[in-house]
Amino acid sequence: MATTIELRFFASVREKLGISEEKIAVPDNVRTVGDVRAWLCSRGEPWSEVLAEGRALRMALDHEMCEPEAEIHAGCEVAFFPPVTGG
Amino acid sequence: MKIQVQTADFDLQSELNAMRAGRPDTGAIVSFIGLVRDVNDGKSVAGMELEHYPGMTEKALQQIAEQAQQRWELIDLTVIHRVGPLLPTDQIVLVAVASRHRGNAFAACEFIMDYLKTEAPFWKKEQTTEGERWVDARETDQVALEKWIAAGVPQDCAI
Repeated sequence: MATTIELRFFASVREKLGISEEKIAVPDNVRTVGDVRAWLCSRGEPWSEVLAEGRALRMALDHEMCEPEAEIHAGCEVAFFPPVTGG
Repeated sequence: MKIQVQTADFDLQSELNAMRAGRPDTGAIVSFIGLVRDVNDGKSVAGMELEHYPGMTEKALQQIAEQAQQRWELIDLTVIHRVGPLLPTDQIVLVAVASRHRGNAFAACEFIMDYLKTEAPFWKKEQTTEGERWVDARETDQVALEKWIAAGVPQDCAI
Protein backbone atom coordinates (compact mmCIF):
# COMPACT_ATOMS: atom_id res chain seq x y z
CA MET A 1 0.00 0.00 0.00
CA ALA A 2 1.29 3.43 -0.90
CA THR A 3 2.46 5.69 1.91
CA THR A 4 0.82 9.10 2.18
CA ILE A 5 3.12 11.92 3.27
CA GLU A 6 3.05 15.71 3.58
CA LEU A 7 5.53 17.73 1.55
CA ARG A 8 6.64 21.25 2.45
CA PHE A 9 8.79 23.64 0.42
CA PHE A 10 10.33 26.91 1.55
CA ALA A 11 12.04 30.07 0.28
CA SER A 12 13.62 29.86 -3.21
CA VAL A 13 12.64 26.18 -3.53
CA ARG A 14 8.99 27.05 -2.88
CA GLU A 15 9.12 29.91 -5.39
CA LYS A 16 10.78 27.91 -8.15
CA LEU A 17 8.36 25.00 -7.74
CA GLY A 18 5.38 27.33 -7.41
CA ILE A 19 4.01 25.26 -4.54
CA SER A 20 4.38 25.42 -0.76
CA GLU A 21 2.83 22.14 0.31
CA GLU A 22 1.36 18.96 -1.05
CA LYS A 23 -0.15 15.78 0.40
CA ILE A 24 0.84 12.84 -1.71
CA ALA A 25 0.96 9.04 -1.87
CA VAL A 26 4.42 7.73 -2.71
CA PRO A 27 5.11 4.29 -4.22
CA ASP A 28 6.34 1.43 -2.03
CA ASN A 29 9.92 1.66 -3.24
CA VAL A 30 10.17 5.24 -1.92
CA ARG A 31 11.41 4.64 1.62
CA THR A 32 13.72 7.50 2.55
CA VAL A 33 13.77 11.28 2.26
CA GLY A 34 16.42 10.89 -0.45
CA ASP A 35 14.07 8.52 -2.30
CA VAL A 36 11.32 11.16 -2.09
CA ARG A 37 13.68 13.73 -3.58
CA ALA A 38 14.67 11.42 -6.45
CA TRP A 39 11.05 10.43 -7.05
CA LEU A 40 9.96 14.08 -7.22
CA CYS A 41 12.79 14.75 -9.70
CA SER A 42 11.27 12.09 -11.96
CA ARG A 43 8.27 14.39 -12.43
CA GLY A 44 10.44 16.45 -14.81
CA GLU A 45 10.78 20.25 -14.89
CA PRO A 46 10.86 22.22 -12.66
CA TRP A 47 11.26 19.42 -10.08
CA SER A 48 14.25 17.77 -11.74
CA GLU A 49 16.04 21.13 -11.81
CA VAL A 50 15.13 22.48 -8.35
CA LEU A 51 15.66 19.22 -6.44
CA ALA A 52 18.53 17.92 -8.61
CA GLU A 53 21.15 15.84 -6.86
CA GLY A 54 24.25 17.89 -6.08
CA ARG A 55 22.25 21.06 -5.58
CA ALA A 56 22.66 22.71 -2.15
CA LEU A 57 19.44 21.64 -0.48
CA ARG A 58 18.52 20.93 3.11
CA MET A 59 15.95 18.35 4.10
CA ALA A 60 13.81 17.89 7.18
CA LEU A 61 11.73 14.96 8.40
CA ASP A 62 9.01 15.75 10.95
CA HIS A 63 10.57 19.15 11.77
CA GLU A 64 14.14 17.84 12.22
CA MET A 65 16.99 18.41 9.80
CA CYS A 66 17.87 15.06 8.28
CA GLU A 67 20.13 13.18 5.91
CA PRO A 68 18.82 11.54 2.71
CA GLU A 69 18.91 8.17 4.49
CA ALA A 70 16.18 9.18 6.98
CA GLU A 71 13.25 6.76 6.65
CA ILE A 72 9.79 8.11 5.96
CA HIS A 73 6.56 6.78 7.49
CA ALA A 74 2.85 7.22 6.87
CA GLY A 75 1.70 10.75 7.71
CA CYS A 76 5.20 12.15 8.07
CA GLU A 77 6.17 15.66 6.98
CA VAL A 78 9.08 15.96 4.55
CA ALA A 79 10.47 19.41 3.77
CA PHE A 80 12.96 20.67 1.17
CA PHE A 81 14.56 24.10 1.39
CA PRO A 82 17.79 26.00 0.64
CA PRO A 83 20.56 26.44 3.23
CA VAL A 84 19.21 28.71 5.96
CA THR A 85 20.05 32.42 6.23
CA GLY A 86 18.51 33.74 9.45
CA GLY A 87 20.12 35.63 12.29
CA MET B 1 14.27 29.81 29.04
CA LYS B 2 12.40 31.92 26.52
CA ILE B 3 12.28 31.04 22.83
CA GLN B 4 10.11 33.16 20.59
CA VAL B 5 9.49 33.74 16.88
CA GLN B 6 7.49 36.90 16.26
CA THR B 7 6.79 39.73 13.80
CA ALA B 8 6.83 42.38 16.55
CA ASP B 9 9.96 44.23 17.65
CA PHE B 10 11.56 43.49 21.04
CA ASP B 11 13.07 45.64 23.76
CA LEU B 12 16.52 44.59 24.98
CA GLN B 13 16.26 46.18 28.41
CA SER B 14 12.87 44.61 29.16
CA GLU B 15 14.20 41.20 28.19
CA LEU B 16 17.32 41.58 30.35
CA ASN B 17 15.27 42.85 33.29
CA ALA B 18 13.03 39.80 33.05
CA MET B 19 16.07 37.52 33.03
CA ARG B 20 17.74 38.96 36.12
CA ALA B 21 14.55 39.38 38.16
CA GLY B 22 14.54 36.95 41.08
CA ARG B 23 17.89 35.42 40.09
CA PRO B 24 20.44 36.96 42.47
CA ASP B 25 22.94 34.24 41.55
CA THR B 26 23.29 35.79 38.08
CA GLY B 27 26.65 37.51 37.70
CA ALA B 28 26.66 38.10 33.96
CA ILE B 29 24.32 38.49 31.02
CA VAL B 30 25.78 38.54 27.51
CA SER B 31 23.47 39.63 24.72
CA PHE B 32 23.74 39.77 20.96
CA ILE B 33 21.42 41.64 18.60
CA GLY B 34 21.45 41.09 14.83
CA LEU B 35 20.32 44.05 12.70
CA VAL B 36 19.19 44.63 9.12
CA ARG B 37 22.05 46.31 7.18
CA ASP B 38 21.37 48.61 4.28
CA VAL B 39 24.09 46.97 2.20
CA ASN B 40 24.87 43.32 1.49
CA ASP B 41 27.19 41.73 -1.06
CA GLY B 42 27.86 45.10 -2.64
CA LYS B 43 24.22 45.98 -3.19
CA SER B 44 22.06 48.54 -1.48
CA VAL B 45 19.29 46.88 0.55
CA ALA B 46 15.98 48.73 0.95
CA GLY B 47 14.36 46.04 3.11
CA MET B 48 13.89 42.33 3.55
CA GLU B 49 11.31 39.66 4.18
CA LEU B 50 12.13 36.89 6.64
CA GLU B 51 10.47 33.56 5.99
CA HIS B 52 10.52 30.62 8.40
CA TYR B 53 9.17 27.10 8.86
CA PRO B 54 6.42 27.36 11.49
CA GLY B 55 6.54 24.37 13.81
CA MET B 56 10.12 23.48 13.00
CA THR B 57 11.65 26.87 13.80
CA GLU B 58 10.71 26.89 17.48
CA LYS B 59 11.80 23.28 17.85
CA ALA B 60 15.18 23.95 16.21
CA LEU B 61 15.81 26.99 18.43
CA GLN B 62 14.82 24.99 21.49
CA GLN B 63 17.26 22.22 20.59
CA ILE B 64 20.09 24.71 20.03
CA ALA B 65 19.37 26.31 23.41
CA GLU B 66 19.34 22.89 25.09
CA GLN B 67 22.69 22.03 23.53
CA ALA B 68 24.12 25.25 24.97
CA GLN B 69 22.74 24.34 28.40
CA GLN B 70 24.36 20.94 28.18
CA ARG B 71 27.73 22.46 27.29
CA TRP B 72 27.84 25.24 29.83
CA GLU B 73 26.36 25.94 33.23
CA LEU B 74 23.80 28.63 32.43
CA ILE B 75 21.15 30.28 34.55
CA ASP B 76 18.77 31.45 31.84
CA LEU B 77 18.61 32.27 28.17
CA THR B 78 16.38 34.16 25.77
CA VAL B 79 16.19 33.82 22.00
CA ILE B 80 13.82 36.06 20.03
CA HIS B 81 13.83 35.96 16.24
CA ARG B 82 11.64 38.17 14.10
CA VAL B 83 9.96 37.20 10.82
CA GLY B 84 8.05 39.14 8.16
CA PRO B 85 9.00 42.46 6.57
CA LEU B 86 11.98 44.34 8.08
CA LEU B 87 13.84 47.54 7.23
CA PRO B 88 17.47 48.64 7.62
CA THR B 89 18.31 49.39 11.29
CA ASP B 90 15.52 47.01 12.43
CA GLN B 91 16.38 44.37 14.99
CA ILE B 92 16.23 40.80 13.64
CA VAL B 93 17.40 38.57 16.46
CA LEU B 94 18.21 38.68 20.16
CA VAL B 95 20.23 36.07 21.99
CA ALA B 96 20.82 36.74 25.69
CA VAL B 97 22.52 34.34 28.09
CA ALA B 98 22.73 34.61 31.86
CA SER B 99 25.29 32.78 33.98
CA ARG B 100 27.18 33.16 37.24
CA HIS B 101 30.35 34.36 35.51
CA ARG B 102 30.96 35.97 32.14
CA GLY B 103 32.94 33.17 30.48
CA ASN B 104 30.06 30.76 30.03
CA ALA B 105 27.68 33.53 28.95
CA PHE B 106 30.07 34.83 26.27
CA ALA B 107 30.73 31.35 24.90
CA ALA B 108 27.11 30.20 24.98
CA CYS B 109 25.86 33.37 23.29
CA GLU B 110 28.28 32.92 20.38
CA PHE B 111 27.51 29.19 20.19
CA ILE B 112 23.76 29.81 19.96
CA MET B 113 24.21 32.41 17.21
CA ASP B 114 26.56 30.18 15.21
CA TYR B 115 24.12 27.26 15.39
CA LEU B 116 21.11 29.46 14.66
CA LYS B 117 22.83 30.77 11.51
CA THR B 118 23.21 27.28 10.04
CA GLU B 119 20.52 25.13 11.70
CA ALA B 120 17.40 27.24 12.29
CA PRO B 121 14.99 27.36 9.32
CA PHE B 122 14.89 31.08 8.49
CA TRP B 123 15.44 32.60 5.04
CA LYS B 124 16.05 36.22 4.08
CA LYS B 125 14.82 37.76 0.87
CA GLU B 126 16.27 41.18 0.21
CA GLN B 127 14.83 44.03 -1.79
CA THR B 128 17.76 45.68 -3.58
CA THR B 129 17.99 48.43 -6.18
CA GLU B 130 18.15 45.65 -8.77
CA GLY B 131 15.12 43.76 -7.55
CA GLU B 132 14.49 40.98 -5.05
CA ARG B 133 16.95 38.21 -4.24
CA TRP B 134 17.24 35.37 -1.75
CA VAL B 135 20.30 35.75 0.45
CA ASP B 136 22.85 32.99 -0.11
CA ALA B 137 24.16 31.02 2.85
CA ARG B 138 27.71 32.05 3.73
CA GLU B 139 30.61 29.67 3.81
CA THR B 140 31.94 31.56 6.85
CA ASP B 141 28.83 30.60 8.83
CA GLN B 142 29.60 26.94 8.25
CA VAL B 143 33.21 27.50 9.33
CA ALA B 144 31.95 29.16 12.53
CA LEU B 145 29.81 26.13 13.26
CA GLU B 146 32.58 23.64 12.62
CA LYS B 147 34.80 25.35 15.15
CA TRP B 148 32.33 24.26 17.87
CA ILE B 149 32.12 20.73 16.54
CA ALA B 150 35.93 20.49 16.46
CA ALA B 151 36.11 21.84 20.01
CA GLY B 152 34.08 18.88 21.28
CA VAL B 153 32.64 19.06 24.75
CA PRO B 154 34.07 22.21 26.31
CA GLN B 155 35.42 22.74 29.77
CA ASP B 156 33.09 24.72 31.97
CA CYS B 157 34.55 28.19 32.09
CA ALA B 158 35.49 29.48 35.54
CA ILE B 159 36.05 33.14 34.68
